Amino acid sequence: MEPIIIEGTPKTPTVHFDAGQGVFKLEGRSIPENSVEFYKPLVDWLDQYKEKPLPKTTVEVKLEYFNTSSSKCILDVFKKLEMIHKAKNDVEIKWYYEEDDEDMLEAGEDYESIIRVPFEMIEIVE
Amino acid sequence: MSFNVENYFEDLLTDDVIFSFKGDISSEVINLILDSVEQETEEANDPPRIRKKVYNVLVESLQNLFHHVDRPPEDFQDHDSKKFGMIVVKRSNIGYNITTSNFIAKDKIKNLEEKLDKINKSSTEEIKELYKFILHHQKISPKGGGGLGLVDIARKTGNILHYMFYDYNKNVSIFKLSIDINALETN
Repeated sequence: MEPIIIEGTPKTPTVHFDAGQGVFKLEGRSIPENSVEFYKPLVDWLDQYKEKPLPKTTVEVKLEYFNTSSSKCILDVFKKLEMIHKAKNDVEIKWYYEEDDEDMLEAGEDYESIIRVPFEMIEIVE
Repeated sequence: MSFNVENYFEDLLTDDVIFSFKGDISSEVINLILDSVEQETEEANDPPRIRKKVYNVLVESLQNLFHHVDRPPEDFQDHDSKKFGMIVVKRSNIGYNITTSNFIAKDKIKNLEEKLDKINKSSTEEIKELYKFILHHQKISPKGGGGLGLVDIARKTGNILHYMFYDYNKNVSIFKLSIDINALETN
């Protein structure tokens, strides 16, 4: 499977989804007006990946900002990971938040309460 | 005589305004406004969490305008602007205020008012649960809005969303939304 590598912009995150390593990274800002347009290829890609996932998949989310329309798309991404986890594969979501950014920590906890995948909340201390 | 938008906007421009814009809220304009206000908050040396709250609220406010404004009426000078909106950002020692204004068809007011009143009556915990419920159960609208913007603003600021509707003519009103972001955490 070809990896997805997308360079970040001021409104969209850097994406590095590598099926060979089982490590998927989302980093930066996610505040586009049309989030579906940006996230649909990622969700479709995960749909393919979930057919033959690696025994262990790690997802690293390191977002500085995301808007509410991205929040729904990120949930769609996590739902695919939940399906992979449900099929008895090891999946972990590492949710990074900057020191003192309680809003970002709470956002991670929201997802943790909705999605049945182990989360790790990691504070980035500068 | 109909409502005078020019005078209305002028009245919003008090001494503590750090940014204002009136015109078409395109994607490019949103980028420029975000950059400009982000720079202002950096220069003001506010704590990162306040800067982040301001940025987050600004993104949602601008994208609410982008997705939901109604076109200006025929007699309005910027009638050709499909996404006409106004935004004013103020900074004082008690914090920031972001005020947006836009045209709204009168038949949409009741729904919006109900939504705002529901948010304003909710406790912090209820707003958090409402956010999670909408996130989990509601689809993204064809306009691209997630239906979460106002709830997110209320959650992040912890404040009441002050609003007002001004009659423009018999079919259209101006919707004013005023959001306070406290400089110091109250919770």
